[in-house]
Amino acid sequence: MQPQRPRTLAEKVWDAHVVRREPGEPDLLYIDLHLVHEVTSPQAFDGLRLAGRSVRRPDLTLATEDHNVPTAGADHPVNDPVSRRQLEALRHNCAEFGVPLRSLGHAEQGIVHVIGPQLGLTQPGMTIVCGDSHTSTHGAFGALAFGIGTSEVEQVLATQTLPQTRPRSMAVTVTGSLPGGVTAKDLVLALVAAVGISRGRGHIVEYRGPAIEAMSMAERMTICNMSIEWGAKAGLVAPDAVTSAYLRGRPYAPTGTSWEAATEHWRTLRSDPGAAYDDEVQLDADGLEPFVTWGTNPSQGAPLSGVVPAPADFRPGADRAGAERALAYMGLSPGTPLRAIGIDTVFLGSCTNGRIEDLRAAAEVLAGRSVAPGVRMLVVAGSAQVRQQAEAEGLDVVFRSAGAEWRGAGCSMCLGMNADRLDPGQRCASTSNRNFEGRQGEGGRTHLVSPPVAAATAVAGHLASPAELSGVAAC
Amino acid sequence: MLSFTTHRGTAVPLRRGSVDTDQIIPARYLKRVTRAGYGEGLFAEWRADPAFVLNDPRYAGASVLLVGPEFGIGSSREHAVWALLDYGFRAVVGSSFGDIFRVNAGKAGLLAAVVDEVDVHRMCDLVEQQPDASFEVDLEHRTVTSDSVTVSFEIDDHTRRRLLQGVDEIGVAMTHEAEISSYEGNRAVFLPRTIP
Ligand code: SF4
Repeated sequence: MQPQRPRTLAEKVWDAHVVRREPGEPDLLYIDLHLVHEVTSPQAFDGLRLAGRSVRRPDLTLATEDHNVPTAGADHPVNDPVSRRQLEALRHNCAEFGVPLRSLGHAEQGIVHVIGPQLGLTQPGMTIVCGDSHTSTHGAFGALAFGIGTSEVEQVLATQTLPQTRPRSMAVTVTGSLPGGVTAKDLVLALVAAVGISRGRGHIVEYRGPAIEAMSMAERMTICNMSIEWGAKAGLVAPDAVTSAYLRGRPYAPTGTSWEAATEHWRTLRSDPGAAYDDEVQLDADGLEPFVTWGTNPSQGAPLSGVVPAPADFRPGADRAGAERALAYMGLSPGTPLRAIGIDTVFLGSCTNGRIEDLRAAAEVLAGRSVAPGVRMLVVAGSAQVRQQAEAEGLDVVFRSAGAEWRGAGCSMCLGMNADRLDPGQRCASTSNRNFEGRQGEGGRTHLVSPPVAAATAVAGHLASPAELSGVAAC
Repeated sequence: MLSFTTHRGTAVPLRRGSVDTDQIIPARYLKRVTRAGYGEGLFAEWRADPAFVLNDPRYAGASVLLVGPEFGIGSSREHAVWALLDYGFRAVVGSSFGDIFRVNAGKAGLLAAVVDEVDVHRMCDLVEQQPDASFEVDLEHRTVTSDSVTVSFEIDDHTRRRLLQGVDEIGVAMTHEAEISSYEGNRAVFLPRTIP
């Protein structure tokens, strides 16, 4: 055998999944786990039916209901007939094709990217796909995880494989450590603002360096989740002791001798010394502060202590025109301190920040305080299990006594497909991942924030960090 | 899937950058369970504005969409491609596309042609002057011709071949059954299964 050149983590995972390689053709990759939800799957199941095909590996497939479900209580009926039809289609399809489903009301129901890790289904070195662009979340475990379209969903259902052209590689090295009060969400918002929305296009990104290694799995998931917001196909973090500790004992994690074999394999999942990347980005965590967006794409953000920028601050052309459009849509004038922006809605949830750790961080800020008059705060757990855990810890009481709404699990106001939507002109501080025009409801205005900033904003009624609430001078 | 060889039609200029798939089709239109009927939701919020270029009667019936950079970023919804097709577009011409959108387009039979930004501007200028200018998009030769100016576009070989032939990619993968089965036979036993 030839001595192998040093490989990146992503290359190792990729190479281990090549079913077939032919010159001039994309590699045919095997998919270890396929997550399915109600919105991007009905046409794929229809395609199978039309062609008389079956689901090749229902045992490597898991479906859940998340995008379209009401969150006003799992026991509530799905009132919207069109939404109901879509959920019924998923139930029918899963029953017909033998795919396991975590329906509304099931203890394991929740947002796809929250339940995969929580069940221990997401493991290092796997290939994971879902008809959803935030599938990159699972990369936090050292899995190669990426979003696909419905045609590809159909192909994976039928063959458990996907033809894929090998993307380029990128390293994002984060040095230093996050200052107190600064979260992984602030870090990733600062990263997207620094690199812009397209730097990652065509790349698999590896996040590494001391600040990443020091992070919990929840924080790593927040970072990997937003890889798509700067265009990357996938983002991953090398698995380590934090990863194994998270997985041990979870329902689908290996046990006994399998655990030994698995962890031995996981230890090989690191980039070799000297492995080359096609692009590299450096970021220092030490100087970061709470970060929020002011515009209509996730790269249009600034430190909370800053001001709304002027279009003239941007390169002439698409960037400047984009900033101008964004400010008009957002109803903001240049030079306004971000802290002076009044908010009427706060959304805490989503696959970016709907995990138990996020709820705890927000509850800590809200404890003993109240949501400001005129502000509506929605707290939507990422999964039924997160919700249950939060209730066991008494977090629901904290949220409720502060005046927030305590909701059932789902995507909810992250994309406004169910009844949880902004009205035209409403302004929301949201812990989700996209501030696109109308994303949270037609005419709605979104500022992306971290969970602590969301909670502090709910109390203050304007964009704020917890430091301001306690009277401590803001940094 | 739809195949694509050569397409002739008129074009409409959408001079905006970073058009995400939430703009192409807002989430509230994603509740259908079929592939048809999404044209109604195409650019729904922008179309509510009478001044939006798609509402300009001079561009009625255009089948080539000229777009700014980073078209189709964001959500993986293939509905964005279905909506463009359903509305009557067969080709989108721009300087860059979101990765998932580009793949989805190739799978569903919408041509996403990558040309230099200056060429996009030139084509936009042309149709703003002359809305009935005819465009010819030739996939075999990877060219877009308008006003007797021909520019080359980029598209990956694999997608091009599949679009030209209208290949059923799932059928092709299924011919590799032996390799898939042999791969499956060697998968590590510790990998998780969703059914015990
Ligand atoms: S929470 Fe939002 S981003 Fe995440 S899967 Fe749901 S809709 Fe997509």
